[in-house]
Amino acid sequence: MAVKNILETIRDTMAEEMRRDPQIVVTGEDVGPRGGVFRATQGLYAEFGPDRVIDSPLSESSIIAVGIGMALHGLRPICEIQFADFIYPAMNQIVSEVALMRYRSQGAWTCPLVIRAPYGGGIGGGLYHSQSIEATFAHFPGLYVVAPATPYDAKGLLRAALQSADPVLFLENKKTYRLVKGEVPDTPYVVPIGRADIKRPGRDLSVFCYGMMLHECLKAAEQLAAEHIEVEVVDLRTIAPLDKATILDSVARTSKALIVHEDNQSFGVGAEVAALLAAEAFDDLDAPVLRYGAPDVPGVPFSLPLQSFFMPDAARIAQSMRWLAQY
Amino acid sequence: MTALTLNEFITRDYAAELPPDELLRAHRLMLLARKLDERCWILHRQGKIAFHISGIGQEACQLAVGMALRPGRDYYFPHYRDLVTVLALGMTPLDIFLSTYGKADDPSSHGRQMPNHYNLAAQRIVSISSPTATQVPQCAGVAFAIKLRGEQKVAMCALGEGATSQGDWHEGLNWAGIHRLPFICLVENNHYAISVPLDKQMAVAGPAERAYGYGMPGVVYDGNDFFASYNATREAVERARRGDGPTLLEARTTRLTAHSSDDDDRTYRDRAELEAQKQRDPLPLFTQALVSRGLLSQAALHATEAEVLAEIDEAQTAALAAAYPQPEETLLGVFVADSVGDRAVRAWCWPGGRLPQSPAEEHADGR
Ligand SMILES: Cc1ncc(C[n+]2csc(CCOP(=O)(O)OP(=O)(O)O)c2C)c(N)n1
Ligand SMILES: [Mg+2]
Repeated sequence: MAVKNILETIRDTMAEEMRRDPQIVVTGEDVGPRGGVFRATQGLYAEFGPDRVIDSPLSESSIIAVGIGMALHGLRPICEIQFADFIYPAMNQIVSEVALMRYRSQGAWTCPLVIRAPYGGGIGGGLYHSQSIEATFAHFPGLYVVAPATPYDAKGLLRAALQSADPVLFLENKKTYRLVKGEVPDTPYVVPIGRADIKRPGRDLSVFCYGMMLHECLKAAEQLAAEHIEVEVVDLRTIAPLDKATILDSVARTSKALIVHEDNQSFGVGAEVAALLAAEAFDDLDAPVLRYGAPDVPGVPFSLPLQSFFMPDAARIAQSMRWLAQY
Repeated sequence: MTALTLNEFITRDYAAELPPDELLRAHRLMLLARKLDERCWILHRQGKIAFHISGIGQEACQLAVGMALRPGRDYYFPHYRDLVTVLALGMTPLDIFLSTYGKADDPSSHGRQMPNHYNLAAQRIVSISSPTATQVPQCAGVAFAIKLRGEQKVAMCALGEGATSQGDWHEGLNWAGIHRLPFICLVENNHYAISVPLDKQMAVAGPAERAYGYGMPGVVYDGNDFFASYNATREAVERARRGDGPTLLEARTTRLTAHSSDDDDRTYRDRAELEAQKQRDPLPLFTQALVSRGLLSQAALHATEAEVLAEIDEAQTAALAAAYPQPEETLLGVFVADSVGDRAVRAWCWPGGRLPQSPAEEHADGR
């Protein structure tokens, strides 16, 4: 079993799947000879050629719309949005078309494309190279939203996305790309869409998170372990639909819940998990449900002191966990 | 109908009418921008700044804009490579460094935007975002307002040829054409959008070919030649002021660096091509022209060089010493101060920060 980072894993998984399935094509800005600005498609152009690895014009709306058309006629497009922040020109195609194709045609037409989008902050990207878009798109039924945080999950979820009968927004946290390494089996396997994963078991409180925040939460949980507080860290992995069973089961055991995300605090994944717990775990709860989301400002500021203030970090997460544990 | 050549488009040799001191001022600006740009690359290589995106190789067509617009009256939506343009329109090297370092006094964004996202409202340089081509229909909107208010102003925007693939570009030109707006769009055609070459961006020779479809002239010229660029830009400005409507300018130019400090262009760009392009570097071309006209001596050139380097050093030192924004300032300015929106944003806190240190204390308060 090889140890890889997330970027290598995504690249290798795309290559393996393209070898297996000739219907898979990749399109997006700079995905060809350049191999993507993050090098996620490096080597694909050389191996699969310009008909399957297609440099798109600089137009996100067309990247998705052409992907829809390809999918309507049997191809399996992987559409890369260079930065999640630049997905908005394609909003109409995703929201009005991708997410509705099956519903409006009673299944006569479907467009199971995979939209890969690097997202997330803490990388000096400023207002337009740092955004988190998961809550926005999770609001639109008809679209799966997944956000793996480890190489193992990245491979399993990407394979699941490529086998899905329905479209998947596949979110790749930029900060984890090279930072997070792990063992990845060479064998083909799937991590099912819609399944959360307990990355660290604990009995005192549950923390729900995903993406880079998983790693900040694990760090914080480690600190609390030294203080004899056992935190259960649950990686949501799929944002839409949420894995309600795993969430409820965890809180049934710990009776306390904190949700952490780097997306804006309001109207986000935290609110959704909190609402679930309020409705279905009321009797299990021994403390208020807390959420730690980024401030409700419209982008991650560039200047370092501002960026640090914006991004949730292990120290402040640990402080929130402590408060909850002592409640 | 295809694009116009420069000679088909211009009605006068405006560049020939520029007085010597204006030409020398222009040349000094180009030199200043080049040295400042080179300094940023050095600082990036030294790990002292996080990011740089360069105008090197494209300064002639950019500077022409700065010389043809009236700062503080005409509106300009810059391209991110337009360092020399914004210097010509009134930004200073200190402004540039303050934003590069993310300092509180950065006039462009108070440290919020990445470098090269220019804004200087007093000079009518409109704040730009990163998503490409959004500024084009906005520029048409400014031009519409100018026309409605009966003013003799011009609204101009610039972008790369890659960005003309966005719907926003086409939609903006369509408005400008329908309403014959005092609108100019400059496309700085450097043949690359990061790695994607022109022929993967469009099936025509260049964006100016499309102007006819939007009811305006499209002009192609040598964007590395300051004089040609000035003539094209000035004619477009005069047309707009006369009420003759919009113009699409296509400056054929050269990106003499990688796309940005995050890019490595060796994977997609032939070195021989780059070397050939360096022969068309706009700065030595401009210098040579002024020297051969007897306007600039070698001694004067060296003196100006020393002067701009000193100016850059001074600006860099001042920017380094300037204060960073306070962390809590993250929360300010989303809405107008003290509004309901502003209060909602400022009420944010991370849970461990808002809640009392221990629940025991809270209970002791008699809750
Ligand atoms: C909507 C959007 N998509 C993608 C990007 C990423 N991006 C930044 S610059 C660039 C290429 C721009 O090329 P061009 O318009 O030719 O301008 P140049 O950089 O060559 O001056 C891309 C794809 C972006 N900024 N905005
Ligand atoms: Mg270009």
